[in-house]
Amino acid sequence: MTTTPERTEVDTVTLTIDGVQVSVPKDTLVIRAAEQVGVQIPRFCDHPLLDPVGACRQCLVDIPDAGNGRGFPKPQASCTLPVAEGMVVNTQATSEVADKAQQGVMEFLLINHPLDCPVCDKGGECPLQNQAMSNGRGESRFAEGGGVKRTFPKPINISAQVLLDRERCVLCARCTRFSEQVAGDPFIALAERGALQQVAIYEREPFESYFSGNTIQICPVGALTSADYRFRSRPFDLVSTPGVAEHDACGAAIRIDHRRGKVMRRLAGNEPEINEEWISDKDRFGFRYAQVEDRITYPQIREDGELRPASWTEAFAVAARGLRDAGAAAVLTGGRLTAEDAYAYAKFARVSLGTNDVDFRARPHSAEEASFLASHVALSGDVTYSDLEAAPVVVLLGLEPEDEAATIFLRLRKAARQGRTQVVSVAPWSSRGLTKMKGRLVPAAPGAEVEAIASLADAEHGVSKDAVILVGERLASTHGALSAAADLAARTGARLAWVPRRAGDRGAVEAGALPTLLPGGRPLAEASARVDVAAAWGTQSLPAKAGRDGNAIIAALAKGDLGGLVIGGVDPDDTADPAAFRAALDTAGFVVSLELRATDVTAVADVVLPVAPMTDKAGTFVTWDGRAREFDAVFTNPASLPDLRVLAGIADELAALGQGAPLGFRTVAEVRAEMQSLGPWDGGRPTLDAGKAPKAPRPSKGAGKAGSFALATWKQLIDLGSMQDGEAHLRATARPPVVRLNRAAYESVFGLLDDTEPGGSRLATVTGDRGSITLPVVVADLPDGVVWVPARSFGRGVLAELASPGSSVTVKGATT
Amino acid sequence: MTDTLTPVLTNNWDAERAWTLASYEEHGGYAALDKAFAMAPDDVITAVKDSGLRGRGGAGFPTGMKWGFIPQDNPKPKYLVVNADESEPGTCKDIPLMMASPHTLVEGVIVSSYAIRAHTAFIYVRGEVLHVVRRLQRAVQEAYLAGHLGKNIHGSGYDLDLIVHTGAGAYICGEETALLEGLEGRRGQPRLRPPFPAVAGLYASPTVINNVESIASVPSIITNGAAWFAGMGTEKSNGYGIFSLSGHVANPGQYEAPLGITLRQLIDLAGGMREGHELKFWTPGGSSTPLLTPEHLDVPLDFESVGAAGSMLGTRALQLFDETTCVVRAVLRWTEFYKHESCGKCTPCREGTWWLTQTLAKLEKGEGSESDLDLLLDQCDNILGRSFCALGDGATSPISSSIQHFRDEYLAHLSHGGCPFDHAASTVFAPAGATA
Repeated sequence: MTTTPERTEVDTVTLTIDGVQVSVPKDTLVIRAAEQVGVQIPRFCDHPLLDPVGACRQCLVDIPDAGNGRGFPKPQASCTLPVAEGMVVNTQATSEVADKAQQGVMEFLLINHPLDCPVCDKGGECPLQNQAMSNGRGESRFAEGGGVKRTFPKPINISAQVLLDRERCVLCARCTRFSEQVAGDPFIALAERGALQQVAIYEREPFESYFSGNTIQICPVGALTSADYRFRSRPFDLVSTPGVAEHDACGAAIRIDHRRGKVMRRLAGNEPEINEEWISDKDRFGFRYAQVEDRITYPQIREDGELRPASWTEAFAVAARGLRDAGAAAVLTGGRLTAEDAYAYAKFARVSLGTNDVDFRARPHSAEEASFLASHVALSGDVTYSDLEAAPVVVLLGLEPEDEAATIFLRLRKAARQGRTQVVSVAPWSSRGLTKMKGRLVPAAPGAEVEAIASLADAEHGVSKDAVILVGERLASTHGALSAAADLAARTGARLAWVPRRAGDRGAVEAGALPTLLPGGRPLAEASARVDVAAAWGTQSLPAKAGRDGNAIIAALAKGDLGGLVIGGVDPDDTADPAAFRAALDTAGFVVSLELRATDVTAVADVVLPVAPMTDKAGTFVTWDGRAREFDAVFTNPASLPDLRVLAGIADELAALGQGAPLGFRTVAEVRAEMQSLGPWDGGRPTLDAGKAPKAPRPSKGAGKAGSFALATWKQLIDLGSMQDGEAHLRATARPPVVRLNRAAYESVFGLLDDTEPGGSRLATVTGDRGSITLPVVVADLPDGVVWVPARSFGRGVLAELASPGSSVTVKGATT
Repeated sequence: MTDTLTPVLTNNWDAERAWTLASYEEHGGYAALDKAFAMAPDDVITAVKDSGLRGRGGAGFPTGMKWGFIPQDNPKPKYLVVNADESEPGTCKDIPLMMASPHTLVEGVIVSSYAIRAHTAFIYVRGEVLHVVRRLQRAVQEAYLAGHLGKNIHGSGYDLDLIVHTGAGAYICGEETALLEGLEGRRGQPRLRPPFPAVAGLYASPTVINNVESIASVPSIITNGAAWFAGMGTEKSNGYGIFSLSGHVANPGQYEAPLGITLRQLIDLAGGMREGHELKFWTPGGSSTPLLTPEHLDVPLDFESVGAAGSMLGTRALQLFDETTCVVRAVLRWTEFYKHESCGKCTPCREGTWWLTQTLAKLEKGEGSESDLDLLLDQCDNILGRSFCALGDGATSPISSSIQHFRDEYLAHLSHGGCPFDHAASTVFAPAGATA
């Protein structure tokens, strides 16, 4: 069970179960109290994180005394009955009545069950199978008597990913209750009645929930299976390793099931403090990117314009020589890094390249953000998931949790459903996610966030010292918005936390993969901080000059101020200006790419070094709430080196060439030990400096005129991101990309909106300075003059093919 | 205890156009309103408590006590919901009442709502009985137009809106919490209790759910006094009730009499059994009440006596079957009904009725063996008291009671290689003198 946010003294109740006295918190259900005395009462519909329903009747127990001296005349469902002082419970272990009742229900459950266990995916890990063995009879009186089972056609798709076998279903309603209560996506419901009752979908609304995979996991039979895993393996052939999801900054616990060196599936782990027992479909199904054809498995060197295979030693030597000869070099990393790898990049930049030109922010970013990260994010950790549930108000600034931090979304939905927490979101429109969190929208057009955030200090919003402010990484796109957020927190006393999209981002902040921060949150500007780190690293000194950030590195590469680049895990189309980024790569003198798969970066790199996927290395993801989530390698693959080992190899060769020094580590354990001994910065935190506003972006043609809109965008959870490659069924459940306009804008383009018409039947073409895109249009409550499109759900995405977020675009009607 | 008929609810049924407001008022209709409005709401509740009126929907829970459970300090609105989803096989009292005199119910709704301080009331009526629905709707409209409903009723300052809601055809919606689900627009499946409807019923607000006949009886209690009502019936089962005689009886119909009357008296009133035949078995209150035999003809039809006889008074739906009827066939039909109507929420009822039907069908065809009777009884034992609501319990009643009373007839099917009865002989159009 989930722990409650505030641990207060709870009243306990003492009762007797099977002759054993036990004290449990008030309101505990009998079925869970029994677990305390070691009695497992069989159950199907019961789930500790779902509302009790009492439907399957498998958990019947005898209550000779309900605590008032009187017993229940009939067996009671222990999953719906709270304990009472002095209650006497006899389970199947001591009561023949309870045992017979359970055997009877089990027999009933099996009469219409196909008993196709030998070909069922659930066979071997099936609660029905297991409990039929422990609490059922060996022979079927129904079959002996020639009974005719209810049959249905075998599995039907209820979404591209989820299949339903209605014959196997025991109608426990776990899946429908999960979807309605936890995910807020009531796309599946029970329909029909009697033995013909079945889980059903509405034909126009398939089961396209971001969390649909959880229903497969909690299904107590093999009724729900995934297209991804169906018929792939048997549970008893699988080896399970606990892990941490790498798709967002939430740190959800997962269980990785593998067989003969290959991941077969992933399940949600049970981590009450973080993801409880739920994960998003992306965390569950998004693992095949490491198994796709274009995985790089050996080092390569560019020779005469072509990449050729090379040995590790040769590749290290060539990389080192190339970097030395290229002159000043910089480091760019993406969000997939573990904290250890980010630390290695940070150290490599300072020690081997002698520069602070290192930035992990492979996305639009600003100097204000770097300052914000140093002043408000590094080393912070005073907001937890439990706090989200306990806070009266949670403010979302530039953060769409359902798309960008699914675990936070589920926690906020839970909090809102309990009626404790009011979610307030500064966003351009009321998304489905916000509606499901019962959130209130404070509308803000792109660029207008500063005023909207400032207005939250008004008493009507209830942002008090108990409130929590969650800041998304997208807020960096508007100058002054991060400062406004920090100001709001300072003025109201509310706690503030930064929620990046990617798993490695927070760890990269802590590890110092920033131009102005050293590892452990040490401000580069502080001489004592530099001395601290230099002493720990055994170097004379560290470069004192603040480094270039990602944007400046690109500009310097293009200009020729920088010659060399070490780059790992960056997708050019995620960067602020993909075209400029590609041009810079082309111009750069020498590019060393550490990459998992062939990309646009490896296509132009001079040395390509394969790195280990998540499964092949240990590591740590630091979550948005500052939790270090360590995980072990799933596979032992000596040919698969983590980034840190590759960097150590290059550093050794550079040191041999007289540049820098060896990094002093070769394994994850060594890096962890070094990070541990270095410890966090204990000096003062730098103050937030918003800096100068950047030059206003070049207004695109027609800005401010009719038909011109400010572009709002974010990435949907399931989109064309490269870490979802290789799993077509997952991608097929993505929300289809649409253009969102407000009603007035829609009507000015298309004429009067016909309310009877289903959404998305008209097409609009959005044109920006980098290209245009035609998508179906849907009306949303956007402010005037704002258009929204998903950032990475078509082509190469908004940044590459449309315009920079916040800039001006035009919208026209289009025909197919 | 009196052995004569006591027409109260049925008193005006033979009047010209009895369903109209004019006819109803001519017979003194809506007089209870002013009398009730002159009383404090709590006094109305007390009067109903004192009358000893017990729920007429089958369970017999004291109506006044149920009203007293409504927490009046709860700031949410209170609701009265009339359960008019009469669907039990054999039960046919509420629908004739609403057909013949819908205003009796409407008047009851007003007085009852006033007592529990509800300002919105609902009549959840079975959707299949369209003619009745129309009469109800018209009656409500007439009541509004006459100022019996709406704002400031009769100048009392009391407001009430009454909504007639039609069900979509599910027996389970007669179960009060399933009814509330249906009324709220959801699938009709019973809710988990607690919370009980009195605390969190319709729209999670305090709600009283009463049967049509219970509510329709309230105006007479107010008009004639609790003592008048309590003076009828037996010691613990006060008042009158409608007894619905159906089946192999000379004059089937509604007989309104004090509780405690016996079936023997009722059959006499109904002109005896079908000519030339005699009673074989009967249900005291619909198919969900264990069936009884001629040896129970003199059991007083009140809650306690019928319970002591091993059955339940239920809805006083007296289905009478003579010796031409095959009990196995009758029970199979009922079981098929329960299988069809099981909502599917809980395992014992959903799967149990599926299996019971198959076992019974086999027995009726003379297949199977004597051990199948034990199997049937064991299945019933695994359903009774194990299912989510009373539907499952009801499904077992005809089976276990019929095996108790007619085990030999089941065995006769096996030895006969099928049903030994001439099914045509049990039909109402059977030629005189037809025998089994």
